Amino acid sequence: MCQVGEDYGDPAPEGPPPPRPGRELKCVKCSEGLPVVVIRAGDAFCRDCFRAFYIHKFRAVLGKNRLIFPGEKVLLAWSGGPSSSSMVWQVLEGLSRDSAKRLRFVPGVVYVDEGAACGQSREDRAKTLSDVKRILQTLGFPWHVVTLEEVFALPPSVLRCSAPEPVGTVGTYKVAVDSFLQQQHTLEAEGVGDSPSSAQGEAQPSQPCTQDPQNLAEPPPAAQTEALSRLFDSVKTLTAKEELLQTLRTHLILHVARTHGYSKVMTGDSCTRLAIKLMTSLALGRGAFLAWDTGFSDERHGDVVVVRPMREHTLKEVAFYNRLFAVPSVFTPAIDTKAPEKASIHRLMEGFLLRLQAQFPSTVSTVYRTSEKLVKAPRDGCASGPRCLLCMCSLDVDTADSATAFGAQTQDFSQMQPPTPLAEAGAPTVPCRSAEVGRAPNCCQGTRPCRREDSRARVIKQLCYGCRVNMKDVVSRSHSWVVTGEAHPPGLGATQPLVHGHPLLQPSLDPLPPYILAEAQLRSQRLSPEIQEYLLENSDDRAHASGSGAWGPPEDGGEEGQTVCDCINKNIFN
Amino acid sequence: MPAPQCASCHAARAALRRPRSGQALCGACFCTAFEAEVLHTVLAGRLLPPGAVVAVGASGGKDSTVLAHVLRELAPRLGVSLRLVAVDEGISGYRDAALAAVRRQAARWDLPLTVVAYADLFGGWTMDAVARSTAGSGRSRACCTFCGVLRRRALEEGARLVGATHIVTGHNADDMAETVLMNFLRGDAGRLARGGGLGSRGEGGALPRCRPLQLASQKEVVLYAHFRRLDYFSEECVYAPEAFRGHARHLLKLLEAARPSAALDLVHSAERLALAPAARPPPPGACSRCGALASRALCQACALLDGLQRGRPRLAIGKGGGARDEEGPPPPPPSDPGSAPGPADGECGAACKERCE
Repeated sequence: MCQVGEDYGDPAPEGPPPPRPGRELKCVKCSEGLPVVVIRAGDAFCRDCFRAFYIHKFRAVLGKNRLIFPGEKVLLAWSGGPSSSSMVWQVLEGLSRDSAKRLRFVPGVVYVDEGAACGQSREDRAKTLSDVKRILQTLGFPWHVVTLEEVFALPPSVLRCSAPEPVGTVGTYKVAVDSFLQQQHTLEAEGVGDSPSSAQGEAQPSQPCTQDPQNLAEPPPAAQTEALSRLFDSVKTLTAKEELLQTLRTHLILHVARTHGYSKVMTGDSCTRLAIKLMTSLALGRGAFLAWDTGFSDERHGDVVVVRPMREHTLKEVAFYNRLFAVPSVFTPAIDTKAPEKASIHRLMEGFLLRLQAQFPSTVSTVYRTSEKLVKAPRDGCASGPRCLLCMCSLDVDTADSATAFGAQTQDFSQMQPPTPLAEAGAPTVPCRSAEVGRAPNCCQGTRPCRREDSRARVIKQLCYGCRVNMKDVVSRSHSWVVTGEAHPPGLGATQPLVHGHPLLQPSLDPLPPYILAEAQLRSQRLSPEIQEYLLENSDDRAHASGSGAWGPPEDGGEEGQTVCDCINKNIFN
Repeated sequence: MPAPQCASCHAARAALRRPRSGQALCGACFCTAFEAEVLHTVLAGRLLPPGAVVAVGASGGKDSTVLAHVLRELAPRLGVSLRLVAVDEGISGYRDAALAAVRRQAARWDLPLTVVAYADLFGGWTMDAVARSTAGSGRSRACCTFCGVLRRRALEEGARLVGATHIVTGHNADDMAETVLMNFLRGDAGRLARGGGLGSRGEGGALPRCRPLQLASQKEVVLYAHFRRLDYFSEECVYAPEAFRGHARHLLKLLEAARPSAALDLVHSAERLALAPAARPPPPGACSRCGALASRALCQACALLDGLQRGRPRLAIGKGGGARDEEGPPPPPPSDPGSAPGPADGECGAACKERCE
């Protein structure tokens, strides 16, 4: 205040400024502690309350659904990322509690090394693996590290849906829990320290060494790595690559679970990730399977059930928890790391949802809530139809329904003959001697579908809509050589590009791992004996319908073939 | 490099590539193919039986212009007769010009035209008046919600006036894709459960409605209009920038760049959604005031108008909105931020294109 006579040299007269009323926040839960995080919109939590809230959510999701029975073997799918690390950490904590609240299942951890698909060098992969191993060894449960290259050694039985275990009702669950607890009491009374069926929070020295027979020390064979790189190179778009990677990873984890007797797999998908996944699946044409893709439990594989216990935690909560409580995680670059936002549908959706979330803070929870209203019901109630080869959901394409989006894409009303590009696609697998100087490489003139087209068509026919769209992006370089003076003898490597123009990009599914192609073959052979006796070998049909494409080929043969041909004949999709 | 030959007639030079398939076609063959596809949709979906009197919702825009033109070409084959019904929402500077385009079309094609105006049907409420009334609420306007609902009523009235048996509107695949995205983002399980088909059969006395262009992509509609040299009105509504649908539209454009078949993939997803029975809307009854189709005591149009009359325009919008009787304001939204009062609450709920739901 400017007053006459005031001495400005005085030190500040009063002490610390009085506390401003109403500005000191307290934890909204306990009203005592100092808040350290803000969850949702304006709920400030102190450290302990946040921890309790987070753990409670995890346990509540597990408890509410009552799917995991005591003593069950559960495989934790750990990617090294924050959500799955948090999940593993929760399980670790949950097992080390006192017996009343202890988690009652028997966990194991699996880590899939996807370095080859993401284009990492050997040294980077080795380094990541050593970090991974270090963390896994501190956990105390059995762990398995598998490389993605092992998909080339998978058996076709991975794609078969095994008979599901009889699902218990709530009553069965309670009975199981009670009997388990009783068993515990008896064992403790008899003086046995920790029974073999109890949780293995106490690290037994022999446990951490449990790993797969394929020792970590040897990197996977170079041929497999190269095959994997070739597979991913033959996929044109990042969207299809991501989907393919996810499919292969799922199959691999499924195989590990089946081999080692795990009946449940836990994945660390958080609420945010699931909301993004839901919108992405929608855009990929997987509307029929949303409930399986984003629900709590996914039992499409039959004996192994995939469970998502982190589905109510937002990514923000996970990040805060990991930071506050020092949860170890390993950063590994994914297939879409540093990709521009417009590169794939997954990235686009992620960017869109997160931006919208900034504007309307309830977007993610709204989408999540809608996902809870979805049910696992095939459209006509027939659950026993054929299943997709790759994603193992009941097929959602119906050639009879032509006034639908699928129908619109399989018909073509331009009244045209199969165009020349397709005829080129009919290039033979066996290089024809006649494909020599001056002639275009369509020696069979598209008059009959060749073997390569057949195998591709066979696989496509057994896929659901979403997987078909993805497969459209799988093309491989042609192995034809032609139109120059020097006729390369077929014996030489088939990697010579065409001298004229660019190498032909033919739709071919050869780079796919053998188990997929084998299973496709098996399934198609299983169908045909039923109708073989009724089919007439009609060569006109085959010539007429040689334009096979991504949407499904003509059937082999007469009567049966004709009705299907109506819808998918003359399509020109490539 | 000269254009390739038309892949269909192999005679003329190709004039375009079809956006979805990349096939090169000349103008005439493309138009023929487009018409054939629409015909197939109508026949396979059994949308318009022979002898139907079809009211075409004509706004003067590209979709309804193309729809009217194609149906006029196909009418002899389908055995239906057409009437044009245009709705005048009373948006100055926009609708007048659009209506002029419709009148020109009606004259050119020699189709009977009926214009129904909001001002006549809804007691003097034009969209401009509605916009003024809702503008003062602080947040962005919800006038698109009103427009969508009221237009549907107006179309129904107009169709009855001309004695129609079916109503068709020009929604294309992109519209349907945007709708499903929007419904998910807003958590509108009821609309998700209702949508997905090619139209509605018309329960409880409402006229059956359908969308013959539903499987055609927007780009093809524009191309068709170009090659047939159709005269349409192409400006966007003055209230459109505030619509929530704009987000979905922007997203769809990005998705189509990443994957050209994105719109149809979304339509396929929408067709195959399976929602819990509890989430589905209750079977519709009749509005207690006007007798139209309603899932609650008052149909949405009456509820909205009610709110307008009482000076509380947000009365019937958003979750928990709907039929409000004379007593009491709606309950306050629950304090849990997760229950989505966000985009659902009047942030342009049933935006402009929801003429059919």
